[in-house]
Amino acid sequence: MLLKLSFSSLYARLVTVGMTILAISVSLMLYMSVEKLRTSAYTSFTDTISQTDLIVGARASSVQLLLYSVFRIGNATNNITWESYLDLVSKEEVDWTVPISLGDSHKGFRVMGTNKEFFSRYKYRGSQSVSIDKGYLFEDLYDVVLGAGVAEKLGYKIGTSLVVSHGLQSFSDHDDQPFRVSGILKKTGTPVDNTVIVSLAAIEAIHVDWSTGAKIPGQLTPIDEIREMDLTPKNITAALVGVKSKLTIFQLQRWINEYPEEAMTAILPGAALQELWRVVGVIENLLLGISVVVIFTTLVGMAAIMFSSLSERRREMAIWRAMGASPFTVIGLLMLEAIFISILSITFSVVLLFCVLNLLQPWIDYNYGILVNIEMLAIKDMYVFAVFIIASITVSLLPAIRAYWFSINDGMTIKL
Amino acid sequence: MDESIIKIDSVRFYWSKKSNFKIFVPNLEIKKGEKVLLLGESGSGKTTLLSLMCGFLNPSSGNISINGNTINQLSSKTRDEYRADNIGIIFQQFNLLPYANVVDNVLLPLYFSKVRSNNVSNKKEKVIELFKQLRLPDDIAQFRASSLSMGQQQRVAVARALIGNPSLIIADEPTSSLDADAQKIFLNLMFEQISENNSTLLMVSHDRSLSNQFDRLIDINEILIREDKSCY
Repeated sequence: MLLKLSFSSLYARLVTVGMTILAISVSLMLYMSVEKLRTSAYTSFTDTISQTDLIVGARASSVQLLLYSVFRIGNATNNITWESYLDLVSKEEVDWTVPISLGDSHKGFRVMGTNKEFFSRYKYRGSQSVSIDKGYLFEDLYDVVLGAGVAEKLGYKIGTSLVVSHGLQSFSDHDDQPFRVSGILKKTGTPVDNTVIVSLAAIEAIHVDWSTGAKIPGQLTPIDEIREMDLTPKNITAALVGVKSKLTIFQLQRWINEYPEEAMTAILPGAALQELWRVVGVIENLLLGISVVVIFTTLVGMAAIMFSSLSERRREMAIWRAMGASPFTVIGLLMLEAIFISILSITFSVVLLFCVLNLLQPWIDYNYGILVNIEMLAIKDMYVFAVFIIASITVSLLPAIRAYWFSINDGMTIKL
Repeated sequence: MDESIIKIDSVRFYWSKKSNFKIFVPNLEIKKGEKVLLLGESGSGKTTLLSLMCGFLNPSSGNISINGNTINQLSSKTRDEYRADNIGIIFQQFNLLPYANVVDNVLLPLYFSKVRSNNVSNKKEKVIELFKQLRLPDDIAQFRASSLSMGQQQRVAVARALIGNPSLIIADEPTSSLDADAQKIFLNLMFEQISENNSTLLMVSHDRSLSNQFDRLIDINEILIREDKSCY
């Protein structure tokens, strides 16, 4: 009967209790969203490249090589020679390699020279491959494949003609050898979206009349002649490497790092991504800080609401006491109410979270490349909920103790 | 009729030693079955005295016995149980739980008192019987207390105090908002039920005209001394 009356009391304060539950639910939902965003940002970042065992480039720091070869940002690393690359390919431990050549750009977007293997070997978010959305991969020397972001931002379509510029911010264009868009990739949420991809031979082709970074004055080889040339690259920027057995990774890495013909570096993408995340991890800490503040504010808000509803319930508690309820029963009822409100708020916040995530997931993925996984609650979330319930019981203690004193002192005098 | 139900012996009460509200009740005795009217002006300490008798407040010194048990020597928990078992309370403003239905309001004391609960074999039937005796309509049972008229609330408050036959009914100015005719009808109904239950009634009022309807009249100024020298 006491429980029935408690729930009747809650029902009678439907608007106040409803607003309390809504306020706590929104705060909890905000906390869970920030947490989800934080973990998803980390996962998306570390999943930018997967199933690649080593990234090989010229001697540089692991973060610099990773930034330039995968994220296409930062300062250019030196190139490695094609011979060194072939030496690497011939190693028994190597299963597959994808050469990458960087350096040129188109309207601020990096141009990457590679081969068709890139599209099947480059994996992200576990085992996802880049795939063609429209058109086809490069068949002709002057075919270009665009990342989804490039196509969208520049408004390019299949068949659009474009000219590659020398370097990143160069005033010299390779305008004598225009390209044609042959394919547009599906959105990946990785740096590939902002990359213009051409064949390695195309990179060689556009540099035929160039020497030491500048165009040779007066020299203009006809395109037909270029097509007949041996366009095997002389240098590449980096190579993605997959090994036959994971056990040989460190052995191969040591071989590359100690390669006598040329100073090279082999990095483990996973480890380098972790290292890089630590550098940019300040954002994660900021989000974590926001989460803590949000949950603290929620609890303070809950205590404030319980305090303010106390005067509303003072008469009710005096009646309980007059009928024989002990002050501890009064405290118990208030704490039971806090638990009930907490559980209802948690339930409602989870429903809200799933609604918000379902609504915003495609938008966040599309605009920020962060895939927020909509999945069942993890054990960690259950711990957070348990801690929240314990914390809400704790914060409800203060209003409950106040109610205890009210109920003792009011006695027969309650005339609210 | 000569056995005491309430016995107060040299009771002093103050909130703190520096408090400007200090009362002293040298002696008070109320016999079982008596209908006593406690008269006094506002602020004279009537409600504090009732709170002491109900065990809400503990005297700073002295003893209060209800049915032979010195309630101020009981633990807080036992005192609450003792109050639930022995005392039915009618508040000045009736204080029904507005969100609960009428039956739940009446049955509330039985939840806290095994003694009173055991006195009622069929709770729902007893409630209906009380309604009849207090001339409340049958169909009122499932109404929410907040939907009742003042007169109906008053009678439901009486039913709540009477259920389970507590030996002592304490009423704090329950007729203060009624006109003379309504007062008379209400008191007659209450007296009928109290006599039937063989309970004792201690009712507080500032209305001296009610005195001829009670067995005994106690003027608070004759039994209670204000030791703080403040005016009231």
